[in-house]
Amino acid sequence: MYNFEFERPGSVAEAVAALKSEEAQALGGGQTLIPTLKQRLAAPAKLVSLGGIAEMKGVCLNDDGSLSIGGGTTHAEVARAAAAHYPALAALAGGIGDPAVRNRGTIGGSLANNDPSACYPSAALGSGATIVTDRREIAADDYFQGLFTTALDEGEIITSVRFPVPEKANYQKFLQPASRFALVGVFVAHYAGGTRIAVTGASEDGVFRWSAAEEALASGAALDGMAPEADGMIADLHGTKAYRAHLTGVLTRRALQAMA
Amino acid sequence: MPEINMVVNGRSMRAEAEPRALLSDFLREDLSLTGTHVGCDTGQCGACVVHVDGVAVKSCNMLAVEAAGCEVSTIEGQAGPDGTLNALQQAFQDHHGLQCGFCTPGMVMSAAALLKENPTPSEAEVRAHLEGNLCRCTGYHNIVKAILAASGQDVSGIAAE
Ligand SMILES: Cc1cc2nc3c(=O)[nH]c(=O)nc-3n(C[C@H](O)[C@H](O)[C@H](O)COP(=O)(O)OP(=O)(O)OC[C@H]3O[C@@H](n4cnc5c(N)ncnc54)[C@H](O)[C@@H]3O)c2cc1C
Ligand code: FES
Ligand code: FES
Repeated sequence: MYNFEFERPGSVAEAVAALKSEEAQALGGGQTLIPTLKQRLAAPAKLVSLGGIAEMKGVCLNDDGSLSIGGGTTHAEVARAAAAHYPALAALAGGIGDPAVRNRGTIGGSLANNDPSACYPSAALGSGATIVTDRREIAADDYFQGLFTTALDEGEIITSVRFPVPEKANYQKFLQPASRFALVGVFVAHYAGGTRIAVTGASEDGVFRWSAAEEALASGAALDGMAPEADGMIADLHGTKAYRAHLTGVLTRRALQAMA
Repeated sequence: MPEINMVVNGRSMRAEAEPRALLSDFLREDLSLTGTHVGCDTGQCGACVVHVDGVAVKSCNMLAVEAAGCEVSTIEGQAGPDGTLNALQQAFQDHHGLQCGFCTPGMVMSAAALLKENPTPSEAEVRAHLEGNLCRCTGYHNIVKAILAASGQDVSGIAAE
């Protein structure tokens, strides 16, 4: 990897200032960024580590019952600290990669990266979460904008993520055992206002809500045999478009079964 | 080049390194602690697992500067000062938990992290915990057996495979 300058600020304000310089980039847990730097797919002039910012770490229950998770909180910490409040989210975090990856990787890094096969985007979209940054709040429905693309501006930092806690939820991850990412993953959350279904790993446009299934559930219909359009799904050596569309239907039904 | 300080296996150590130096390279090349192995250098294989402030990390996927000021434990710190293997290392030897030995430093460090958190894991828990540690030789059975034995559980009923 090319060399860079390195800064490790102690506050969000200092990090925002450090990121203003030319070609500066934030470093979360490095579990995606370091491999990217090694391949020279990124060559920032400066890395600004978010690892020393205490105000970006931890899980806390808000007065309105929603759960806030600091953008710098590791997957391992979410698996532990969210278990009592939002078990499906904690289980998702505890199933990412492997223990060593979970000890470094952060929720902010995962959502900023928006890998089409990552787990967290489905939880954020499926929960209708709010992405809180150093400068504004973004609804999950507006945040995810396609493969590796989000609403974040240059130098914008995810400081926390606020999850409305559902009555019930479940995440079904169909493991791609070599990468340990999701081949397809479906997050289903049931709220007083309806059921949300978010799908990762399947679409060429990244995480998406399967609205047709949400509407079918709202009208009291069963999802038997239902699957999204195969058109627009990812095809690679692990699975065809039709396979991923089929898996989406199967995993959604499994999630609903687990919640029943 | 900035100087990086860390406490490695209980000893204060320091060396100059560029910001881009990986913790794995810093340990191996600058501190001459070559027990930590680099198998893939892409975060997949777990041969490079060490503990930073008590938690297992893949040292090829962490910058050395990020571990500045931290307590780092590596495979070199596991045996006693006179070279006596600790219980986990001894169990790997007794139960043939290694063949070529390349993955072993990472296996031992991952297993040590598991046993600290969960002193008597089930076989399934051991296997799940080792998800990020690849071994090309043993087929894993004897590694799992060694870890269960090191946790004080009876493994006499588990056949060698
Ligand atoms: C072996 C392995 C297996 C994995 N398996 C899975 C899996 O099963 N499921 C899954 O979802 N992921 C998986 N991952 C990815 C992992 O979850 C990463 O931790 C995550 O994608 C990136 O988070 P990070 O904190 O490491 O971010 P980094 O790698 O440090 O950064 C990633 C990107 O986000 C930016 N960034 C980081 N933090 C912030 C922030 N707070 N605000 C704004 N921008 C930020 C960086 O500038 C960079 O562009 C795996 C990774 C590995 C190495
Ligand atoms: S060398 Fe670090 S995970 Fe393989
Ligand atoms: S003993 Fe050879 S790789 Fe595990």
